[in-house]
Amino acid sequence: MSQVFDDEGNIVPVTVVEAGPCVVTNVRTPERDGYAAVQVGFGAVAERKVSKPMKGVFAKAKAAPRKALREFRLASGENYTVGQEIKVDAFGGDDIVDVTGTTKGRGFSGAIKRHNFRGQRDTHGVSLMHRAIGSIGISDVGRVWPGQRMPGRYGGERVTIRGLKVIRVDAERNLLLLKGAIPGPKGSLIVIRKAFHKAQARRQAAKGK
Amino acid sequence: MEKVTAVEREQMKKKLPEVTPGDTVRVHVKIVEGGRERVQAFEGVVLGRKGGGVRETFTVRRISHGVGVERTFPLHSPRIERIDMVRKGKVRQAKLYFLREKIGREARIKESR
Repeated sequence: MSQVFDDEGNIVPVTVVEAGPCVVTNVRTPERDGYAAVQVGFGAVAERKVSKPMKGVFAKAKAAPRKALREFRLASGENYTVGQEIKVDAFGGDDIVDVTGTTKGRGFSGAIKRHNFRGQRDTHGVSLMHRAIGSIGISDVGRVWPGQRMPGRYGGERVTIRGLKVIRVDAERNLLLLKGAIPGPKGSLIVIRKAFHKAQARRQAAKGK
Repeated sequence: MEKVTAVEREQMKKKLPEVTPGDTVRVHVKIVEGGRERVQAFEGVVLGRKGGGVRETFTVRRISHGVGVERTFPLHSPRIERIDMVRKGKVRQAKLYFLREKIGREARIKESR
C-alpha cells in the first residue's frame, strides 16, 4: 500500500496495481462453446516454458506467450476479437471495481488470529491458556456442534473485495491506483473487474467522496 | 515495487526544507474553514521524522498555554505551504521523545551552527 494526496491535500490510501496490457487469446461463443467469454492473457513468460499446445494458442492471437490466462464471461452485446489488446484505460478515473485474489497464506493459525477470538487474561491465575479457545461445547450434548470455530489453516483462499474506487489511471505505465487494500502478497496476480454489485458500489462511492 | 516507488516519487516535493530532529521550525499549514482558505503557523521543536517516501512525516512539539501540543505533518503534504527554520538544534538522538518528560529549562536544546 501507498498513499497519494487528492486535490484538497487529503491523504488517500491506495494500492498500486499493474493492470495490463492484456491480450485476448481466445473468444468463446455460445455456438461453439456453449457460453460467451473472452480468454485474456497477462504477463510475460519465457518461450521455453510454454508447452506446444499453448504456443498454438498464442500464435493464433499473434501475441507473445503470457504468464496467466483467465476467462471472463461476456454479457450479450460485448464484442472482442482474438489478438485484441486490453489496457488499463478500460477503466475510467472514477470507476468502482471488484478485485479478486488469493489472500496471504498464514498456515496453521490459532483462533485469535483466525477468528478474532479474545483469548484469556495474561495474569490473574490464568495458566497455559492465554491464547486458547476455551470451551467448545456443553457436556450434556456430548459432541461438538458443526461449525465450531477452532485453530486451523488460515489464508491462502480466494477472496473478492468489492467496491474499490479507482483513484487514478496511469496509461503510460499500465498502472491503476485503487483506494484501499487488496488480497494477497506483493506481486501476486489478481482479477479486476467493474463492480458487480452496483448498489453497494454506489454506496461506497458516496462514502468515499 | 519499483513502480510503486515511481508513483510515490511523483507526489513528493522536489525541494524540501531541511527538517531535522531538534530544530525549531515554523510550519505554515493551509486550513480550509467554511470554504475559505487561510494559512496557520505552528511553531515548535521537531521531535523526529518517521516513514519513508511520500509517507514520511515529522512531529512538531510546542508548549501552548502550559500544555504540550504535538502535531504530526506529512512531509510531502500539499497543505504545508512552507516550513521556516527558526533555530537549528544540536541533538544526538533521532527521536526526541524524552522531551515530553522535560519542562522549562530542562527541555532546552543546544544550538548548532
